[in-house]
Amino acid sequence: MRLPCPCCGSRDRREFTYYGAAEFLNRPAPDAGDAAWDDYLHNRDNPAGETRDLWYHDPCATWMEVTRNTVTHEVLKARALAGGVK
Amino acid sequence: MTQSHRIPGRGLIDRSQPLNFTFDGVMYQGYQGDTLASALLANGVRLMGRSFKYHRPRGVLTAGSEEPNALVEVFENGQHTPNTRATMAELYGGMVARSQNRWPSLGLDVMAVNDLLSPFFSAGFYYKTFMWPRAFWEKLYEPAIRRAAGLGRLDRRHDEAAYEKAFAHCDLLVIGAGPTGLMAAMAAAQAGADVILADEGSALGGRILADQPEIGDMPGLTWLETMRTDLAAMPNVRIMTRTTVTGAYDDGTFGALERVGLHLADPGDLPRECFWRIHARRAILAAGALERPIAHRDNDRPGVMLASGLRAYVSRWGVNPGKVVLFSNNDSGLATARALTGMGIDVSYVDPRPIPVTEEFPVYAEARVIATQGRKGLKSVDIQHRGGTSRVEARTLALSGGWNPSVHLACHLNGRPQWDETIAAFVPRSDMVPGMIVAGAARGTFSTGACLQDGLEAAQASLTALGIRKKPRLGVPVAEAAPYRIAPVWAVEGDGRAWLDFANDVTVKDVKLSAQEGFQSVEHMKRYTTQGMAPDQGKSSNVAALAVLADATGQGIAATGTTTYRPPFVPVSIAAMGAGGRGTGFAPQRFLTSDAQSRAMGAPMIEAGLWYRPSYFPRAGEKDWRDAAEREAVMVRGAVGVCDVSTLGKIDVQGKDAGRFLDFLYTNTMSTLPVGKVRYGLMLREDGFVMDDGTCARLGPDHFLVTTTTAAAGQVMRHMDFVQQAFCADCDVRTISVTEGWAQFAIAGPKAREVLATLGDAPDLPFMGCAPMTVAGIAGRLFRISFSGEQGYEVAVPTRYGKDLFARLVTAAESLEGCAYGMEALNILRVEKGFITHAEIHGRTTADDVGLGKMVSAKKDCIGKAASQRPGLSEDRQQLVGLMPVNQGETLSAGAHLYNERDPATRVHDQGYVTSVAPSPTLGTWLGLGFVVNGRARHGEVIRLDDGLRKRQVLVEIVDPVFFDPEGGRMRD
Repeated sequence: MRLPCPCCGSRDRREFTYYGAAEFLNRPAPDAGDAAWDDYLHNRDNPAGETRDLWYHDPCATWMEVTRNTVTHEVLKARALAGGVK
Repeated sequence: MTQSHRIPGRGLIDRSQPLNFTFDGVMYQGYQGDTLASALLANGVRLMGRSFKYHRPRGVLTAGSEEPNALVEVFENGQHTPNTRATMAELYGGMVARSQNRWPSLGLDVMAVNDLLSPFFSAGFYYKTFMWPRAFWEKLYEPAIRRAAGLGRLDRRHDEAAYEKAFAHCDLLVIGAGPTGLMAAMAAAQAGADVILADEGSALGGRILADQPEIGDMPGLTWLETMRTDLAAMPNVRIMTRTTVTGAYDDGTFGALERVGLHLADPGDLPRECFWRIHARRAILAAGALERPIAHRDNDRPGVMLASGLRAYVSRWGVNPGKVVLFSNNDSGLATARALTGMGIDVSYVDPRPIPVTEEFPVYAEARVIATQGRKGLKSVDIQHRGGTSRVEARTLALSGGWNPSVHLACHLNGRPQWDETIAAFVPRSDMVPGMIVAGAARGTFSTGACLQDGLEAAQASLTALGIRKKPRLGVPVAEAAPYRIAPVWAVEGDGRAWLDFANDVTVKDVKLSAQEGFQSVEHMKRYTTQGMAPDQGKSSNVAALAVLADATGQGIAATGTTTYRPPFVPVSIAAMGAGGRGTGFAPQRFLTSDAQSRAMGAPMIEAGLWYRPSYFPRAGEKDWRDAAEREAVMVRGAVGVCDVSTLGKIDVQGKDAGRFLDFLYTNTMSTLPVGKVRYGLMLREDGFVMDDGTCARLGPDHFLVTTTTAAAGQVMRHMDFVQQAFCADCDVRTISVTEGWAQFAIAGPKAREVLATLGDAPDLPFMGCAPMTVAGIAGRLFRISFSGEQGYEVAVPTRYGKDLFARLVTAAESLEGCAYGMEALNILRVEKGFITHAEIHGRTTADDVGLGKMVSAKKDCIGKAASQRPGLSEDRQQLVGLMPVNQGETLSAGAHLYNERDPATRVHDQGYVTSVAPSPTLGTWLGLGFVVNGRARHGEVIRLDDGLRKRQVLVEIVDPVFFDPEGGRMRD
């Protein structure tokens, strides 16, 4: 598997650390309530098809959101969370 | 011994380099260029192994990596490698090989009795025959079956040989260097593409080496040599011979196994094998096709081989096969009969088709082979023909049941090939592997001329996809382009056993039985009969087996389909895949600047993450770790000790918003920290549990240095980057790990200041202060922090000065009745003080659990704060406590669980557990830290420690976790 790092280009999967679904970016407000926080922390979809998840490129310290297809294994796009090179 | 079966003058072998080798203890001679199989055949040896189940005598079937029969053990440097294919083992001088799966010898194998018992060993026999009595399976049946079956025996020692792994990148990977692959590689290279041409053979050429067709009005070998020379001269071409591409993976990644030193008598420094991971923007699969045998009665005797294998042995290796019967249902078999005749071989040709009988050799048309004779080597063949049945003497029976395109790699991403009726074979569909084009015989295009054309076209399509506009110069040379005609025959009807899978001893009858007993899906048949489950993965037998299944079920071949193709294409040794990972190569090693001195002082090193840290520094007369560690702890409390703490993670945080950023990261407030001060900090995960702790020093208004624990340094760095990039992208803050930039040493004890004074003018710091310090002329840093409970400093210098500084500190400490101390003493000191480590913050404890609930600031948000306040994280939690044995001499153990005094040691009565223990020389007793349900309210209570592993039961008193100097005066003053 290879991933397109927005900073370094296409790199082998061994250079990355996986973090989980991109929903983790939608952090609720501190006072959003237990249900919202529970949902944010624990509930994830398991889609057959397009999915967005978070990866860290260890050599350049870039966090990115990768859009990929869990059925075809296609990697569709990747964007840096902070919008550019760190 | 003479090479009795070598044809004078024939073959691509170097007769000027004779090579001696032994097989089963007998010395033979071959030539440079031989394989073990060809050299044995040249010496008249046909019997090379015993079959898996029935121990039938077997000879070599093929001349390639798909070989099912001729598996041997090869000895090197006192070790042996089992299941080596004799067809792939290139001969070298002094090679020692041995047959396997026989006892006492290959010629006389007592286990061949299995063959006589074969009615009991039919498909699925182990599910039926050995069912009762049940208890017999494990004790009697299974061990007996395992002893009798199985192929090579593993060498029981560690494989000490060298292996490598490597990575490669290219525009175009061409897999296979036959006519198709050579054309494709040359065309792409001429257009400027960066090309890797990989072939599993020892030389380029594929079938050209064996079939030797005319190409471009010249001998194929001449054309091949020109192509090879030209390709080798091109800087944008990498030729990888002896390299089998073993798997196709996502995104243009391929695995490949290179046999680097296996073919050399003296490989020197070369590894045996190298496992490559090749990333290719495009790929062309030109892996050719594999011939398949025809199943008929006793088609497995030594001397029976594939027609393509025979042709290779004769023309490439000059092997004289003796009198040959060639049984074929297709035109390639007929072409081989003609070629062999042209080389002076006595051939009789048998074909079930009504072909014209106008050859220079005897032709039996509308005929079939129905039986063979010869126990340890073929003697004669029974041919049923229009005129009846004839017994023909033959030393070799060559079979050609047609060709299976090598579609394997194209199917590795779960694609299924489709059935092509005209060539009676499975061919790939398009785009089964994104970016890969299948060309030539691998997609069922069999003639040399068509392969050359196909190779060029595949290269052109790949160049277009790569965006390379330059056109290749070469045109397609003229070559044979006859159509391929075949009349499928999978199995000849008749009595007796007809073999499909030679490697696993699967017969036509077994497959029919499988269908009859309800295992009708091809995947079920495979598992019931073990068809295709041997090391060769049924390369020469799967298609025939599923054709027999299709016939038995009436489903037809297309509807029956194939089993799943999975990597690897050929067996790959685990040693090659894990190259470099044995012993200390398993993980990187990180060494402190004090490492050499610590070891010189006799310190045993202990792993902490990837780091190696000293456990203790033994002195004369100390009998074990405890003596040394307790002495070190006493010296720290009484005088002074020094300890290398460089392994702690150090993260430099800078920017106008650094304080605000750290406020969000830590539970407590860092933005209010004055310059020149240090604050203890606690970090939560977003789910509310403690992630890590450490210190935060403010070096300047916009400059912080935070420390992490050794174990969590990487995780915390990643976490900081995430929080910054995901949630604080608008903050003016930057972070970087400087762990390896600084060597840092703790100086602890009442005489710490005296040691510090030996380094130069030390700033007079209050407790939890920090300042720059010039250390012997070097710009360093000084922190007044303590993990021991004593007056403590940590002094940091750039890493390159660490070794020298440690030496000075040890000398200074020793001159003041102090010492260097290691991890064991550090543990004693921190347990005495109730300081937590990752034994306590192990991922399931909250800030409140470890008694630091007040550190979660109510005034601001931080990572993990919301979740830390959820219901369930507050009531009836297990809380950090101290534990002391009621009887002072008793030993505590970490990991033990805690129960109320009269309760049994069962889960429902569990009150908590012990996380850390240490013998305290200061307090004269073992001390423990642990978690107990509502523990903070239970100080003074007696509870039972129950260590089931060590059979230890100790009554302990629950106390405050800070055992020593609870007011903290010693470290503050």
